[in-house]
Amino acid sequence: MKKKSWMLLLTLVLVIGTVLAGCGSANETNTDSAATAPGTTDNGNASEPAATDANLAADQTLSLNLTAEPPTLDPAQAQDSQSNTALRFMYEGLATIDAEGNPVPGAAESWDVSEDGLTYTFKMREGATWSNGDPVTANDFVYAWQRVLNPETVPAPVYAYQLYYIEGAEAYNTGETTDFSTVGVKAVDEKTLEVKLTNPTPYFLGLTSFYTLYPVHQSTVEGNNAWATKPESMVVNGPFTMTSWTSGSEMGWTKNENYWDADNIKLSNITATIVNSGATETAKYQGGEIDYAGAPTGEIPTDQIQPLSQQLADEFKLTNIASTYYYEFNTEVEPFNNEKIRKAFAMSIDRQSLIDNVTKASQTPAYGFVPTSIAGLNGQSFRDMHPDSEYFKEDAAQAKQLLEEGMKEEGYTTLPPITLLYNTSENHQKLALAVADMWKKNLGVEIQTRNEEWSVFLESRKTGNFQIARAGWSADYNDPMTYMDMFVSGGGNNNTGYADPAYDKLIEEAYKGGNDLEKRMQDMADAEKLLIQENMVIMPVYYYTQASLTKPYLKGVTTDFSGAIDFTRAYLEEH
Amino acid sequence: MARYITSKLIYTLLSLFILITATFFLMKAIPGDPFMSEKEIPAAIRARLDAQYGLDKPILTQYVNYLGNIVQGDLGISMKKLNQEVSSIVGQTFGVSLRLGLIAVVVSIIVGVTLGLMAALYHRKFIDSAVMIIAVIGIAVPSFVLASLLQYSLGLKAGIFPITGLRTPLGYVLPVIALSAGPIAYIARLTRSSMLEVLHADYIKTAKAKGLKWPAILWKHVIRNGILPVVTYVGPMTANIITGSVVVERIFGIGGIGKVFVESISNRDYTMIMGITLFYGIILMAARFITDIVYVLVDPRIKLTSGKEG
Repeated sequence: MKKKSWMLLLTLVLVIGTVLAGCGSANETNTDSAATAPGTTDNGNASEPAATDANLAADQTLSLNLTAEPPTLDPAQAQDSQSNTALRFMYEGLATIDAEGNPVPGAAESWDVSEDGLTYTFKMREGATWSNGDPVTANDFVYAWQRVLNPETVPAPVYAYQLYYIEGAEAYNTGETTDFSTVGVKAVDEKTLEVKLTNPTPYFLGLTSFYTLYPVHQSTVEGNNAWATKPESMVVNGPFTMTSWTSGSEMGWTKNENYWDADNIKLSNITATIVNSGATETAKYQGGEIDYAGAPTGEIPTDQIQPLSQQLADEFKLTNIASTYYYEFNTEVEPFNNEKIRKAFAMSIDRQSLIDNVTKASQTPAYGFVPTSIAGLNGQSFRDMHPDSEYFKEDAAQAKQLLEEGMKEEGYTTLPPITLLYNTSENHQKLALAVADMWKKNLGVEIQTRNEEWSVFLESRKTGNFQIARAGWSADYNDPMTYMDMFVSGGGNNNTGYADPAYDKLIEEAYKGGNDLEKRMQDMADAEKLLIQENMVIMPVYYYTQASLTKPYLKGVTTDFSGAIDFTRAYLEEH
Repeated sequence: MARYITSKLIYTLLSLFILITATFFLMKAIPGDPFMSEKEIPAAIRARLDAQYGLDKPILTQYVNYLGNIVQGDLGISMKKLNQEVSSIVGQTFGVSLRLGLIAVVVSIIVGVTLGLMAALYHRKFIDSAVMIIAVIGIAVPSFVLASLLQYSLGLKAGIFPITGLRTPLGYVLPVIALSAGPIAYIARLTRSSMLEVLHADYIKTAKAKGLKWPAILWKHVIRNGILPVVTYVGPMTANIITGSVVVERIFGIGGIGKVFVESISNRDYTMIMGITLFYGIILMAARFITDIVYVLVDPRIKLTSGKEG
């Protein structure tokens, strides 16, 4: 046992060294999301039994760690999971997501959706107020959304495109018109907000819980650029107000007594340290300095996942999250312009063995693009409705044959040199080497691996300066569309050069046909089939999990389909 | 003296100018930019961001604008920590690194000189060997190993010190040890060898022969002369430590300037990179300058001259 922990320490030390040596990869899982649509997921977590006041701890202060300081606490500017966690303490959208993943009334107490699925009418909650006592009105939402879309806002909010579902929003944001009345959002009166959409969007209610759509307090925001950088100038409508922020070290929140549901908020304070080291965070957790460790707020080092899952079996949890790990082919360069060669590469690795021996966090082998936790219809997940096992099978012998056929088609006697590109990180490196080894064994091909620092890597991928590259994609909202619209011809995130009118048409129909839910799902499944089964534009590897540790006395923490976490209804038991 | 200071000052400014120029163009030459993300930003929004931060202008124009702003004392606004002034981030985080660093410097000097002196006085005895073994270990063990070991053993297992943070005075203990171990070892070795030299010098024999008391000789002659090499080393060392150790700050979760600097590079936060580089430059030059002056005060043999008269 002694020996083991020293070995562990040694590994830890080496890991830190490596991480520091290539300190570029921290951003990689940073893009994030939170919106959810009806009928969701089984992943995760739990509605805990209600707290009885008797066993509540006297000190209801929750201690956390964040791996990075949230770059901003302005809902309009946020784009990352750290900001998401912090903003959730402080703001509430029209809807919020309950433990089962369904949208439930938040700042709006009820809503109506028109027959055609295009018009949403939200009734604002009676008695909902800002932390300074002002009522939360429909105008606050109009103001906040206009601010996100307004081309004059500095800096330009990147996630403005999360509002493009609203009629006229894109035209206003790109400056085609300067008339905000053309945008489909208006306050009918103080208490009624009307929103018109371009297409019926089944996941729109889920989106209203996303931070980009949070309200902001107009008189606080106007005329003060730095309002969201100081605790004292942030007026919020959520369960907690920010009370301290020491740059780079610590943040603190206190319960907002003016919050409409304050009776159900048990935590009195939340403090978060900012430590960007998984090893340190895990040590803090074990030493009792924090009550929760791991994703999405922090990180548990990969090497410690297995030992911790045994030592702290009751506190350790792996959750499926809506993210896919894959390799993408550049279909415009040799040799991956040949479909058979692409298929040969995808079929000749053993995903389960990679998961058991390399990534070691019980990920799910992926043969499709849409991960298991994304919702389909009627309480089923999309993956249950359309299993990815149909798309292709791992088969070394057939792969070898496909490779030979492909080479004949291209007139190769030997394959051109191939380089697999990944962003600098120990985990990506391990996987890349293992995959290269499987290709060598099963296909007899020698490939090079190359790593690049995160920004350099993004640039290489964007400019098509790769043959095959590592990629990951996490959901913006709980619908397959957040994955499938990525590979339309010329799409901003489509680096593969894949352009297929049939694919584009399916996606377009799914966009427009939001009212026929069955057909919409089928269109997206057909598109996925084209993308992978027919053309193998990308080579899926696994669907992500996230590892976390929760102290046994911390209850009421919920995680949604994407892995985003909600501490606002948490409480601490006597311990 | 005045002449010396003036010429020093001119060199310093020139060095800073070269530093700014080189950093600016190198930084622009690395692929990537602050607004790059895995999820592509729509072109219209991207173009607006570039315009708002002046990144749409030719690089030379950006450079000239930046120089103009610096001359007016304006380091700009961080591109990643939205709406936060570079100068205020530098100020806040440097404060943390400075406090920790100065404690580490003082500890290094006191412990290092004491150990070195002991080793010299008990030359070839047990204490000497012990000190030298400690010194070799101190130099050989990298700070991230030492920091992790300390954190694991004294923080997590023994529970004597907090694992992270500087909230209590106890919190300073482990980071200070991790920061000062290397310098202590180096100073101890420096002191030892220079003291040994001094101890064998003729003027010490003379002093002894004159019948001066040993403590007086030790203080007035041995230490004062033996400390000179240490003074040379202390300047750069101080600059080095107070500008924040990335490794130690990261392991102990300290919100210092070293951590911010590394983050700003991987984020391509242009204004932060420039601001902190410039700030580091000034600190380093100041440290050298002060070392030169102190050297003169300690060692009367050296005169401040700028060239010909020397």
